[in-house]
Amino acid sequence: MHTVSLLVENKPGALARVSNVFARRGFNIESLAVGPTERPDVSRITLRVECSQDSLEQLEKQMHKLVNVLRVSTLEAGEAVERELALVKVSAPPSRRAELMALAEVFHARVADLGPDAIVFEIVGHPEEIASFEELVRPHGVKELARTGRIGLGRASAGRSRRPQHILR
Amino acid sequence: MRMLGSDAILRSLEAEGVDVAFGLPGGAILPTYDAFARGTTVRHVLARHEQGAGHMAEGYARASGRVGVAIATSGPGVTNLVTAIADAWMDSTPLVCITGQVRSALIGTDAFQETDATGITLPIVKHSWLVQDVHELPHVLKAAFHVARTGRPGPVLVDVAKDVQETELDFHYPDEVDLPGWRPPKGVHPRQIAEAAKAIVRAERPILYVGGGTINGEACSELLDLAEAGSIPVVTTLMAKGAFPDSHPLACGAPGMHGSKWANWALNKADLLIAVGTRFDDRVTGKLAAFAPGAQVIHFDIDPAEIGKLRRADIPVVGPLRPALAQLTEELKLLTRPGHPGPAAWRRQIEQWRAAFPYRYEREGDFLKPQAVLEALRDLTAGRDDVIWTTGVGQHQMWAMQYLVCDRPRTFITSGGLGTMGYGLPAAVGAKAARPDATVICVDGDGCFQMTCQELATSALEGLPITVVIVNNGWLGMVRQWQEMFYDSRFAETHLTHQVPDYAQLAEAYGCAGFTASSEDELESVLEEALDCGRTAVVDARCDPEEKCFPMIPAGAAATDVIEFTDLQEQESVEA
Repeated sequence: MHTVSLLVENKPGALARVSNVFARRGFNIESLAVGPTERPDVSRITLRVECSQDSLEQLEKQMHKLVNVLRVSTLEAGEAVERELALVKVSAPPSRRAELMALAEVFHARVADLGPDAIVFEIVGHPEEIASFEELVRPHGVKELARTGRIGLGRASAGRSRRPQHILR
Repeated sequence: MRMLGSDAILRSLEAEGVDVAFGLPGGAILPTYDAFARGTTVRHVLARHEQGAGHMAEGYARASGRVGVAIATSGPGVTNLVTAIADAWMDSTPLVCITGQVRSALIGTDAFQETDATGITLPIVKHSWLVQDVHELPHVLKAAFHVARTGRPGPVLVDVAKDVQETELDFHYPDEVDLPGWRPPKGVHPRQIAEAAKAIVRAERPILYVGGGTINGEACSELLDLAEAGSIPVVTTLMAKGAFPDSHPLACGAPGMHGSKWANWALNKADLLIAVGTRFDDRVTGKLAAFAPGAQVIHFDIDPAEIGKLRRADIPVVGPLRPALAQLTEELKLLTRPGHPGPAAWRRQIEQWRAAFPYRYEREGDFLKPQAVLEALRDLTAGRDDVIWTTGVGQHQMWAMQYLVCDRPRTFITSGGLGTMGYGLPAAVGAKAARPDATVICVDGDGCFQMTCQELATSALEGLPITVVIVNNGWLGMVRQWQEMFYDSRFAETHLTHQVPDYAQLAEAYGCAGFTASSEDELESVLEEALDCGRTAVVDARCDPEEKCFPMIPAGAAATDVIEFTDLQEQESVEA
């Protein structure tokens, strides 16, 4: 699985052109996040795709050729900070709440909303953390789940080995 | 200057130096046609079908090296253009398509004749724009021409809402484009050139494998210099016919499925492939793993995405071909002494193959042979430098590739990548518009001709006389050939008949001259008459319905699995 980060002009159709490069070659985009950057005229697309290294190179070259695409880069695991946000609505009758809250605390998940028999948790973290959280709450009954798709940036400490302990995985 | 959007479109075309545009009006593009009525230096050629307009623009672009312009209305207008856009995309033909769109307020409401033009063409354009603000129009058109012609050429689409055409703006055509994401390669890496030169000097069996990009890149004279400096044999693909003179001693003709056996063998046995502006298409390579299996590859291309797409390049050289080849020739001259014989033994070997395996066919029989039609055309035009050929797609196209002699670039115009039947006639009209001085001859098939023959009216009425020679075998000939060879002669739905329509009468009905020929004697006088008649002429050459095109490498097979014309089969085993 590869994470590709693109800077594109914030123009209509830019996303369609990028996704078409994948679709027409039969590749499925596993996750996709689009949002603004520090420049209002530029958007960042972060996407995940399962393909061979050769195919990835071809996809990158094809995306480079798109008029709206300003930059294409691959985020290598370990050299990039990658995050995702998820909202998870879990069945939570009063008898199970304490257990769920304890679990949430371990994962730094927040309670975004609380109902009589369900809690909506909000969790931000590395996508693998979110997957672990999801797995642990699943036995309690996940009613609904929404994930943003991962976003990422190259490390500020790129080239140096030192980085904050809590994001070491 | 204050003007309407529609006038701004024409002022932009004028600023781009467009002299001819091809199109067909309709509701959503009417304001722009009204601007034509108000006056412009752009000549408009009225096609009878938008597909025809698109192929005319392609023929114009291929014959002239300039950007072709096609204009159509929304909905069916643009969907009819789609085949031509796809064709231009596959063959890297620079095209600006301007289409009308329904009014901005109606976009997305399934309005009358509404189609999502940018959406439907998305995978087959370099870029496209939907213009809903008149102030963007000059910038978009400037960018459209720039993108179509720079880097690897190709089609772009500008979809203009009807109300934009009717709105006033202060027109100023920009001098520069603002396209931060469009950066085609400008130069070439000197180290790669040096590596390439060393590889050529080292090679015992080098071959230049040349594609249509060489013509697009205006690098044909540089190619000639390079080939002569290194005495390197040259194979030209279908799209590159004319990029290197067919009558040059180093020319090896076309490779591929119906290429010459000597060209395919030369590629197969080469130890160095110098690929220039070519994309290792499956109709050239056959089975990829068995294509030039012992060769190191130098790959020149303006499009980085072509490098390593199908065949790994040992020495990739990304950039414009013209300076790249010129620099390589200089570098090569530094490494070799003048008069260096180059790979002389290798050239002798190829000459032996050439002598042993010419294109051949059996001339005897009850029918006129299609190959004889091409030979007659070749002989009739021998020594002339004013002839431009166009073709449709199929057997006649392959025979044209095999038998015609093209010594100049932009004189053989054909649909290569998409394989668009019906391309030949409108492309010929477009070529004639680009080069009014040229004698334009469309070699067509009977199946192909029937797909776009309505453009005879355009040719006749617009004063764009061409000669169409229909290699009429009464069948969808290439499909029939596959049915005979690979489907046990079950000829399902391929029989068209020689007689319906009567092509000569059809031509007359369109105001053109019509001729029919059924024998070689008849053919010769009829061709001369047709070429001399001064107006659009159609020659119906009634040919052998069962003739097959050889040699043939079956799809997915290796060059060594070539199927030859029967008489050559014995020699084949001797040489192998």
